[in-house]
This record gives sequence, structure tokens and C-alpha cells, in this order.
Amino acid sequence: MIDPKVFSWRFLRVWKRNLVVYRKIWKVNFLTPLLEPLFYILAFGLGFAGLIDNVHYGGSDFSYTTFIAPALIATAVMWNAFFETTYASFVRMYYQKTFDGMLATPLSLEEIIIAEIVWSATKATGAATIMLMVLGLLGFIQFPLGLLLIPLAFFGGLAFGAIGMFFTGITPTIDMFNLPIFLFITPMFLFSGTFFPVSNLPVWVQPAALAFPLYHLAELARRFSIGTNETAPVISIVYLIVFFLFFTILALGRMKKRLIQ
Amino acid sequence: MNKIIDIQHLVKQFNGFTAVNDISFSVDKGEFFGLLGPNGAGKTTTIRMLYGFSPPTSGELHIFGMDIRTDYRKIKSRIGVCQQDNTLDPDLTVEQNLHVFAGYFSIPKKEANERTRELLDFFALRHKKNAKVMELSGGMARRLILARSLINQPELLILDEPTTGLDPQSKHQVWEKLENLKKSGLTVVITTHNMEEASRLCDRLIIVDHGKILVDGSPEDLIERHAGHNIIEIEGPDHALVEYVKEHNIGFDDLGRRLILYETQEKDLNHTIQEQFCNEKCIYRNSTLEDVFLRLTGRELRE
Repeated sequence: MIDPKVFSWRFLRVWKRNLVVYRKIWKVNFLTPLLEPLFYILAFGLGFAGLIDNVHYGGSDFSYTTFIAPALIATAVMWNAFFETTYASFVRMYYQKTFDGMLATPLSLEEIIIAEIVWSATKATGAATIMLMVLGLLGFIQFPLGLLLIPLAFFGGLAFGAIGMFFTGITPTIDMFNLPIFLFITPMFLFSGTFFPVSNLPVWVQPAALAFPLYHLAELARRFSIGTNETAPVISIVYLIVFFLFFTILALGRMKKRLIQ
Repeated sequence: MNKIIDIQHLVKQFNGFTAVNDISFSVDKGEFFGLLGPNGAGKTTTIRMLYGFSPPTSGELHIFGMDIRTDYRKIKSRIGVCQQDNTLDPDLTVEQNLHVFAGYFSIPKKEANERTRELLDFFALRHKKNAKVMELSGGMARRLILARSLINQPELLILDEPTTGLDPQSKHQVWEKLENLKKSGLTVVITTHNMEEASRLCDRLIIVDHGKILVDGSPEDLIERHAGHNIIEIEGPDHALVEYVKEHNIGFDDLGRRLILYETQEKDLNHTIQEQFCNEKCIYRNSTLEDVFLRLTGRELRE
């Protein structure tokens, strides 16, 4: 179906291009992940935690802020990767015609798409690393185990970058990204065991939460930071790999159809 | 084997529409080759197949003796493309545009720096090297696209309407640069709507319409063959003139208020028309490629 010859390490050149652009505005890029966890911890820790007793999760009890801290990193990975391959990639593809220019070089379309997805994961990793440092300093992450969140962020970024790229392949206009965001990302943000354990949900909706990639990323993030989880890590890892591969293949197909005539 | 491009029975269809319908031509090494035609004639589609952007539906397309279907990566690393749209990277500076593009060709950093410097000098863009692409004028942007298409020292340069929308000064500057490149022996394929550009630059050209090649030859040849030596444009022609022209088998186009005569060598005829039929205003001029183009592709609007 896909000729393996269309892939080469040359995709790193496109990744590098995005890095060059990112470095130009790195201060702005650093600010969000630096402040975002502080806002959440402040809001939920000071404002909300008084209303809630300890959260029972994976066989142990945690303070509410400890419970949500790892999930904050997981959601940041989701937002960063998904926004990058939707809005940012769409601008490059459609308005800036950056991909058209690249296609006049030895690069293949497949390499450009892979590079965009890998870049989105890189950006997500950058944000997650900064958040990890902030949350670590506040005492919400166990080290050195917590360092595993860095490769995990990249891994999760690939999955969310891939599905974002798929939406870029099918969306007719940039405004239409509202649809996957309100129908897919926002419910996932709320119901993936991020702000309350999935086991608190009625039994009949629990399987729906388990279908969300963010659920599995949050699960793994808790395993690596507070040392416990509800679902076996191997299931979450396999789920995210399959999710990434499935949407990467779909994205490659849709983008080819969209750009190559 | 001096053929840089060899195209045989090339066809491109999309959604049931045949944009390129069985065309064959070749381009020799060192040739400046023009691809002319009205809007929608299939020029850009052909060009896009040439640089591997869009796959041919059927037919053969060889560049440097290699098949575009299988060896596109090798072919693309040896050609330069100047696309019709502005595909410069607005997130990067002028200099970075060249640098980053060199990266796509896997050109080593040191060499990329050298070539960037040379190209910025050649295209008179050095003073703008730290400018953002958005700040460039149309002419400068076009020069930068040209510079970028030369970053890999291509053996074949493909230009899709390189001067469309430029002011006369910028246009002439681009022509001058292209003439320099031509002198250096570079093989160039160009599409254009500007007939002056085609006459000035092309060694040989084809005119295509509805996906088919209409004619093939040097600009001078084509003018001689299809528009005669001179042209007489007569405003407000009377009926007698039309009769006279028909009677004497002179090539003409009747535009209603204006009659265009494609003059042959016979000076007498010329004289007669001047004496007898020039009621209002008559223009005597040399034939140009534009006359050939309009004669072959018609005068009605295409879009």
C-alpha cells in the first residue's frame, strides 16, 4: 500500500525547519507551559481541593492536586501536539504553501507529513518537560521515576499529532477544526480520568473513557509520577502505538489525496 | 545522449477531465525551451509532472534519462523549480529561506553558506538577507524564489510564469539574470503569458491548447510561418477591402471594427491597400509572437 522508499531520514530536515522557526519565538513558546500548570494547581489546589477529600485511585489515596498534576502534563501533550498538526500545519500547507515548495525538492510528501507529526510530538515534549520541572519543584512528581514522563510525552505527542494531521487532511477550511475540538478533544479533556478517576463514572460509560487516547496517556503519566494506575500499562502502551500507526496511515492517505493531483 | 527531457505520449487526467492529452516533446541540453498556451491549456499541469509533483496518467516522462515515476528523488535533486505561486517560507528570513532549502537537498552546511552568499549577491538581495519575506517587494520576492531554485546548482531549471505581476523594471532585471544563466549553459523550461519574454529568451517553444501541442519551433520560425513578415491593422475596414483580401488570398482576421492582415512578401499588395483602403487609421508593424499566439489559440476569453 505504501512504498517504503518514500521514507528516509531526510524528514529530519523538515523537522529542523520547524525547530528554526520555533527558536525564533522560544520565549513565547516557553511561557504557556510554565504558567499553565501553576494556574491549574492554584485553581484546583487552593480553590477546589477544600471541597474534595482525598481521591481514591489505583488502590491508594491522593490529595486532589497530586491526583491531577500528572494528568495536566498529559493534557498539555494533547493540546500541543493536536494544535500543531491542525492549525499550524494547516497554515503551512494551505496559506503559506510551504509543503508545495518542499515538494519541488527531493523530499517526498510522506516525509513532510511524518516530519510534521514528529515535530508536534517534539513541541509537546518541550512543553511537558517545562511543566514537569514546575510540578516537580512543587513536589507533585516523584523523581527519578518522573523523568520517564519526558519520553512518554513524545510518545503521546505522536498519537495526538497523527490524529491532528488526519483532520488537517480532511478539513475544508481552518474554521472547521472547531468540530473535532468540541466533539473530540474537549470531551476527552474532561472525561479521560483527568480531573476525576474513571472508576467514579457510571459503569456503563467507563468503556467509552477507555477508548480515549488521553485516558491511556494520563494513566501512564500517573504510573510514572505517582506510581500507580487503574489499567495495566502494557494495554495503554499498545493502545497508543496502534492509535498512532492507524491515524498516521490514514493521514498519509488523506494528505496525498489532498495535495497530489 | 543530449536530451535532458524526453516526453512521449504524456497524458494527465483528473476527475474525468483530460488536462494534458498525448503530448510528446524533448528538450536538449543547454536549450531555453518555452511552453506557451492560454489559461487552462495544460502548461502548469505539464510542468508539475516534470518536477514530480503530480504523477502522469499515462505516457513516458524521462529526465536525464531517468524515469520520473521511479527515480523522482534523483531527478528532483538535480532540478530547480520556480513555482507560479509564492512558496517562500514566510516564517523565515531571506537568508534562512535559502539555508533551510539547501537542507532539503542535503547540501552540507559549509557549502550551503557559500552558495547562499553567492546567490544573494547574484540576485542583488544581500542587503535584505535578514529581512522577513513578507517585507520584500514583488520583484525581490521573485528574485529570491529564483535564487532558491538555484541553491542545488541544478542542471535543469523549471520556471512557471517567472515574471507574472512584476513591474517593468523588475521584469527586465529577471530577464537579464535568466539570460546570464542561459549563457552559462543551463537548460531551462519556462511557461509564460508574456510573448515578449518568450521571444527574447526561448531558443525553441511549443504552443499548447486544450492539452495538445499546436506548433513547435523557434520564435522566428513560428512568426514567419504563422504571421508573415509584417502586419497591417486597419480600423473601420469597408466591405470592399474584405472582398479584395479574400480575392487575393491574404491571411486575415476580421475583428469587426478592426481587420488584421498578415502580409506576405508582395510589396504591391501592401501598396494597394495603403492607397485604396486605408480610410481611418492603419498601423504597419512587424509580426510578433503575440500575433502567432492569438492566431493559433483564438481571441475569445478563456476564463
